[in-house]
Amino acid sequence: MCHQTVSLIARELEAAGIPTVILGSALDIVEHCGVPRFVFTDFPLGNPCGEPWNRDMQWDIVTTALDALAQAREPRTRVDIPYRWQTDTWRTRYMEVTEANRASLQRKGLERRAMRASARPRVGSD
Amino acid sequence: MNNRPEPVQYMARTREYYAAQGFERPYVWASFDTVPFTPLAKPLSQSRLALITTSATYDRQPTDARRVDQGSTEHPPERLFGNDLSWDKEATHLDDRDSFFPITHLRRAVDEGRIGALAPRFFCVPTSYSQRQTIDDDAPQVIGMCRDDAVDVALLVPL
Repeated sequence: MCHQTVSLIARELEAAGIPTVILGSALDIVEHCGVPRFVFTDFPLGNPCGEPWNRDMQWDIVTTALDALAQAREPRTRVDIPYRWQTDTWRTRYMEVTEANRASLQRKGLERRAMRASARPRVGSD
Repeated sequence: MNNRPEPVQYMARTREYYAAQGFERPYVWASFDTVPFTPLAKPLSQSRLALITTSATYDRQPTDARRVDQGSTEHPPERLFGNDLSWDKEATHLDDRDSFFPITHLRRAVDEGRIGALAPRFFCVPTSYSQRQTIDDDAPQVIGMCRDDAVDVALLVPL
């Protein structure tokens, strides 16, 4: 939900006259929404600015985003970051539904519904 | 560089994941035919930039109410938090602030003259399933605070 939220905020900022760039990792959500400028880091959700502690990579990615902000000439501009995460195992494992976790997911769903029912009015999404 | 894997399809993945939890009606993700676009009014080297994050300044709990928040870019927190948000907690972590909140790099960009200045405040935006809440309640607050801080451009970084 983080990517949809910033996509909506970016659109509103842009309409209010403030140019924006999003630096993120959920390509499909951002492009489905439609945003002015998007720099795509194909990493696990959580580190769109680069690997933890890798200052050189982070600098490279952040300056790419700044360049995209300055140089884009039309909406839906997208720039792909060339770096790859160390492994690809996260791609299939994230939010994976398997026979092994199906029962625990059902329990989790019951808990979530119970939590929502008892929560205060303004509780966000995950 | 070649043979890059297909990007993860998060909307489809999320749909299956929540269906397995018993949420029958799939979420309708925001989608628009038109996209606003504002060119920079002046060079980035003369512009004041605001950093906007979905992380939180404190260890927010899933049942805590969420709201637009702010912090100082001159004295930024050592840690920001996202335990109540969906990101890949098995693959990575948030121990390095600059991997998702690039304040150190933005300061360097100011020092090197790539950006004119950083806005005095950074902003935290709350995530919500309600697109109306984001558009009608949260975005106007962010826009107002950006105007108060004479922000020219914004960098948004979701977890």
